[in-house]
Amino acid sequence: MAIDVQKMKAMRAAHKVLAEFTYPPREVVKGYANQTLYINLDTNTIEAKPVTRMMKDIFIGGRGFGIWHLWNAVTPQTKWNSPENAIIISPGPLAGTTNFPGSGKSLVVTISPLTSAPVDSNVGGYFGPLLKFAGWDAIEIQGKAKNDVIVFIDGNQGRITIEEAPGASVDSYPVGEEVVAMFADTDAEKRDVSSVSAGTGADHALFGCLNFSWYDTRRQRVRLKQAGRGGIGTVFRDKKIKALVVKKSGVNAESNHPDDARRIRDVGVKMHRELHDLDHLQCHMRTVGTAHLVEIMDATDLLPTCNYKFGSHSEAKHLFSDYYLKTFSQNTVDGCWYGCTMACSKGMDGFELRTGPYKGQIVTVDGPEYETIAGCGSNLGVFDPHWVGEYNYYCDTYGLDTITWGTAMAFVMECYEAGILNKQITGGLELKFGAAEAAAELLHQTARGEGFGRVFGLGVRRMKEIFAKEYGGDPKFLQDIGMESKGLEYSEYVTKESLAMQGGYGLTLKGPQHDEAWLIFMDMVHNQIPTFENKAEALHYFPMWRTWFGLNGLCKVIWNDIEPADNAQTKEPAKVPEHVDNYVEYFTGVTGNRVTKEDLIVMSERVYNFQRVFNLKMGFGRRAHDAIPYRSMGPVTKEEYESRAERYDKQLREKVGYDPTGKSTEEKLAALRAFREAEYQRLSDAVYQRRGWTNDGVPKIEKLKELGIDFPDVVEVVRPYQNGNK
Amino acid sequence: MKILAVKPELCNGCGACEEICAKTFFKVTDRDKSTIRVAQIAEGKYRVDFCNQCGECIAVCPTQALYRIKNGIVRIREKDCVGCEACIGFCPDLVMYAVPDDVVPIKCIACGKCVDVCPTKALFMAEVDVPAPVTELTRSIRVKTGAGSHGN
Repeated sequence: MAIDVQKMKAMRAAHKVLAEFTYPPREVVKGYANQTLYINLDTNTIEAKPVTRMMKDIFIGGRGFGIWHLWNAVTPQTKWNSPENAIIISPGPLAGTTNFPGSGKSLVVTISPLTSAPVDSNVGGYFGPLLKFAGWDAIEIQGKAKNDVIVFIDGNQGRITIEEAPGASVDSYPVGEEVVAMFADTDAEKRDVSSVSAGTGADHALFGCLNFSWYDTRRQRVRLKQAGRGGIGTVFRDKKIKALVVKKSGVNAESNHPDDARRIRDVGVKMHRELHDLDHLQCHMRTVGTAHLVEIMDATDLLPTCNYKFGSHSEAKHLFSDYYLKTFSQNTVDGCWYGCTMACSKGMDGFELRTGPYKGQIVTVDGPEYETIAGCGSNLGVFDPHWVGEYNYYCDTYGLDTITWGTAMAFVMECYEAGILNKQITGGLELKFGAAEAAAELLHQTARGEGFGRVFGLGVRRMKEIFAKEYGGDPKFLQDIGMESKGLEYSEYVTKESLAMQGGYGLTLKGPQHDEAWLIFMDMVHNQIPTFENKAEALHYFPMWRTWFGLNGLCKVIWNDIEPADNAQTKEPAKVPEHVDNYVEYFTGVTGNRVTKEDLIVMSERVYNFQRVFNLKMGFGRRAHDAIPYRSMGPVTKEEYESRAERYDKQLREKVGYDPTGKSTEEKLAALRAFREAEYQRLSDAVYQRRGWTNDGVPKIEKLKELGIDFPDVVEVVRPYQNGNK
Repeated sequence: MKILAVKPELCNGCGACEEICAKTFFKVTDRDKSTIRVAQIAEGKYRVDFCNQCGECIAVCPTQALYRIKNGIVRIREKDCVGCEACIGFCPDLVMYAVPDDVVPIKCIACGKCVDVCPTKALFMAEVDVPAPVTELTRSIRVKTGAGSHGN
């Protein structure tokens, strides 16, 4: 993508500055800048807000700061497109550390267009760390601009501007390059500039994502990482933001001013060495990223295929990582923040686009990652990896979430094959499984807000209603096969044979996303958590543990996508005990707060329970909202049952106490379903109890007291629900 | 290209090399600031560790602060270093060193000062082919010089 730097400089010079704010440069102390940036686009206000002791003690940072600011910004009546809905981006106290891998995450929080509840999404790229070193622990944006704007935070000069930017692009790849040309004064400064942007797709679909950039000095181009889940990009474009841009130079290992640098250095170098010594024997993240998972999931019947009907496919081999090993550029630095030697941000260079507005252009595809390969490949019955790359590129630049896009497309394809949709409805697109080109066309229509793309852009929950109401689809069938919970589309794992993972997707805060818990192997493959109590304990510990990464601005993959050589011999290998100890050391080294591993879990419990109460405040957050579609629990159709009849017959005999001999498939489906649905409710009982919640899934007041989050307005929300259902 | 090489059987562990190295770079005698490290491995036997200029670190540096100069030696451009220490963890021979209170790591640049002060002539400058990959290089030099294995 050729960018004319002089033209961009001139374009920037012509921007109308709507507001300006100057501030003295401020050093970060022990991980905190101790102020957050508030911007209101209705009033063109720019203000600094102090970070209080309470905020640090209770909410830590990152997602915690986001949830706290959002709680104060909205009312129970606030909708995703209400002006007071805020987008908050916060990196967390450990973020920006350059010498511990996986330390560059930002957490983004808003009221979701898909779920109408708070959503959090984590993302790499340089924006969060540079924002903090520019002097801000978070940026909070309320209001809506009249015309498209760019917000520029110049951390070198201590100057923030809201600028009308009529000439800049909306799509993320072009605007990402444009702002580097506008705001970097020298070539060396390019990597000191990072942006957040969405795209034209986010103008028209409810599942818009945000792209966070980093400048790749070797490829000499902007790379993108996504805050994908929950439609945050849609809120961003509703506020008429083209880009948030930060510039900060001179960042290094001292910028976070840790309390004790030596503690971090010791564990950081140890992790680098572990990655050097073991990655090629374990997950191959350094060479193929998360694409290594495709063959593992296929082999264990967990790879979603044709809208999660099946867990494997004979053609899936075309999507295996050996293809990506050949097409991802090797021997380059693919960390999405300095010092991340896991380096899983892979890129397909020299990729020629086949369709759409950029047809024929040679581009770099950022990814694909496992979720995109499964969601936009096997789950659509598309086994040509080039198409996966095509969808990946366009979803990114249009600002659309590949996970929702893939899961929603799989749903549409099954509806098409079931006769609920036809060419008249789709505007001539024959959207059967495997229809790669038709899917690409629907993607472009969605970005343009045209034709069937307008319906598609609403996501699975709303499509279910429309397909039932307007096209005569059976609502029960649509509910069974539409893979969403709470309004958010499923990420890409088949959970039928893992009750714990059904809970990992359903008994969540924002919806079915694997960042809360990933328990399939523990549960299904290794059988380490056989009882309800075991599963409930896992559904307490792991969501809390994973939440902790989001409070601190860290990436989770460093925790368990590489393991010490002797990890399997430890008492609790699933927890990776040595790495937990590393994080205790790391947190203490940065903040100076002496903590134990148990303290880390309590930090998360505070924010997790607060967020559950926040859901309740917005009208959700109870047992009914933790319901999941039956496709995620067991076989919906005869075809599914019969494809794994031996497995299901055996379970009927051994677990259900039901003799399948001589029974029809319909009878067996019904018997299995009754059993599995009851199991999910029993699991919910056990998990709510373990988490200190009522049987309706509401945090008990004594739990809030124990955690120190029994603020009057929090207690007021839960009080009516303390004795069962309201 | 010329790189530093060692015949460890000649080393008497006096530490003069470490001292002159720290002095050259930091004007102190603290061995924690030396790019060459001597360790006793048995009675009267020593191991001497330093960079063999293999250049593996160049590939893992996120800011391209590590680079090879014309004569083949690998150097660090200090202003570009962000102190991520990937090069320390990924050095095949663990001879990239962190320095207390400094973000930029240190490595041998084959200046030869230690050769000048080595009383037993254990250290010497060796002519090798231009950057051969990695430990093969170390091994071949040590084999040629009868130095034995690295011991890591």
